[in-house]
Amino acid sequence: MKNCEYQQIDPRALSVSPSSVQNHTEKKVQRLRRKWEVFPGKNRFFCDGRIILARQSGILPVTLGLIVVTCGLFFAFDCPFLVTHLTVFIPVIGGVLSLFVVTSLLRTSFTDPGILPRATPDEAADIEKQIDNSGSSTYRPPPRTKEILINQQVVKLKYCFTCKMFRPPRTSHCSLCDNCVERFDHHCPWVGNCVGKRNYRFFYSFIISLSFLTSFIFGCVVTHITLRSQDGKSLIQAIQESPASVVELVICFFSIWSILGLSGFHTYLVASNLTTNEDIKGSWSSKRCTEESGNPYSYNNIMTNCCVTLCGPMPPSLIDRRGFLPLVAASPATETELPPFPVKNDTNMCTKSTKDVLERLVRSLDSRGRCPPGAPKTTPVAVEISAAATPPAERSPPTGCSRQHAGRHTAAAPCPPFARGRERRDSFQSSNPAFRLASPSPSLSRTFILGEAPDVGFIPPP
Amino acid sequence: MATHSLQDMRQQASVAAKVFIQRDYTNGTVCHFQTKFPSELESRINKQQFEETVRTLNNLYAEAEKLGSQSYIEGCLACLTAYIIFLCMETHYEKVLKKIAKYIQEQNEKIYAPQGLLLTDPIERGLRVIEVTIFEERSLTR
Repeated sequence: MKNCEYQQIDPRALSVSPSSVQNHTEKKVQRLRRKWEVFPGKNRFFCDGRIILARQSGILPVTLGLIVVTCGLFFAFDCPFLVTHLTVFIPVIGGVLSLFVVTSLLRTSFTDPGILPRATPDEAADIEKQIDNSGSSTYRPPPRTKEILINQQVVKLKYCFTCKMFRPPRTSHCSLCDNCVERFDHHCPWVGNCVGKRNYRFFYSFIISLSFLTSFIFGCVVTHITLRSQDGKSLIQAIQESPASVVELVICFFSIWSILGLSGFHTYLVASNLTTNEDIKGSWSSKRCTEESGNPYSYNNIMTNCCVTLCGPMPPSLIDRRGFLPLVAASPATETELPPFPVKNDTNMCTKSTKDVLERLVRSLDSRGRCPPGAPKTTPVAVEISAAATPPAERSPPTGCSRQHAGRHTAAAPCPPFARGRERRDSFQSSNPAFRLASPSPSLSRTFILGEAPDVGFIPPP
Repeated sequence: MATHSLQDMRQQASVAAKVFIQRDYTNGTVCHFQTKFPSELESRINKQQFEETVRTLNNLYAEAEKLGSQSYIEGCLACLTAYIIFLCMETHYEKVLKKIAKYIQEQNEKIYAPQGLLLTDPIERGLRVIEVTIFEERSLTR
């Protein structure tokens, strides 16, 4: 049916001049956007959706700057002295720790913390139907809760008015990011992102390695100054010879208290399988609960809790940032201008893909199919239009939505540190226009990316 | 020439209703869907068949989230490499998700589509629900 639909556009496009055909197809190509561009939460995306940050990431540069400056000063001013007086392993250990810290920090900041996509309109309507049929006149009905049993314990699920769904257990809505986040721990301004199910282990490794790093640098700087002042000089003289060490001392001294405290606190949380949110609210504290109840998520074994939180399976991102939005079928009137891109929900995509499945069945049973089977793709112009919609159908009819394509498409400018392996396997296509017309279906999706890449640039950080 | 718009297409196989199978949290936050058979599907599909589908999906999700030696090794290895390894390789969870997608596609083609039903992969609904779209029983030819 999609084949039919887009075949209709083909003659019209062919009847106009080639340049406007090009414009027309370019406009069509431009309209193919990724889901991150219409993401409803307050997040910013980079590298064509690979990197996600909260909108307010104000302190992340400060955090990075502090770490880089301190490590830089350490390697530049303290390491030479310590290498000659002690051992060469000092800069090696320092280097490994710094690398660990920076990597963990960037992973925490740039990873989706476990954002739950908002409910589709059908889902929201279904939930509303189940809650009340009375048709309340107030705009915001009283808070809705649902009580469920988890491990024989009563847990209240709250209804999220923004996301239009009952929040799963341990999920909380972050007002800064305007998203529901699974296993919500807290929104960390230093990291510039929420800490949730998917990036808690990165956050934990960040603060642990940072504790080690600050303690290590602090110890090394103290050793450095002590050794200098032992050579018959006074302390003041030693400090004057190496003023950078004082800067490092001050930074490390003030950081150590907070970082070590935070590490200790989070180690306790990990061992008891709690989140900061739950601990602060006292959801499972003994004062609020009866003797029988406690944390229903805990395995009552410290090792198991630690393993589950830190070494458990890595859940996937649920928001499908790099999936493609379904293409809008253009009517003749809108040819001259770019129509406003509607936020099509997944229902339409799945509906369309069902039609494919049903269509195929009908065609196989009864050859009175309305549309001639196969290949409008052979027509160059129609290729680009139909390919947008047909890849979902061709590759996976029931799922329809471009979830599966997230990994297969290459952006024109892959982001080296974060490009996934399977995307790298896809060859980088040059933006040769001839390529568009020459290649059949597997490369069609890439054509769109090439066409749209100039529009979807990096969003420059503020 | 007659233009086939999206609206026309919808009329050929219009959505009668959507049924949502919600998550079952009695065992914690693991991904597990309720196996209760919704009444709207009674006329379309066999109860055992449907429950079998949901049970298989639940088992697949349990396999994805299983806390076994493989997941621990994967987690520890990732920690040691500062989680860079997650950028290079596919995690166990993702492998199982692909298996699930294939299973749902297969079930749709063999069992549900002939009855005018469509299962949506829960991953596209944030693993919150299994959406079953019921299409009207109507001939697809005009």
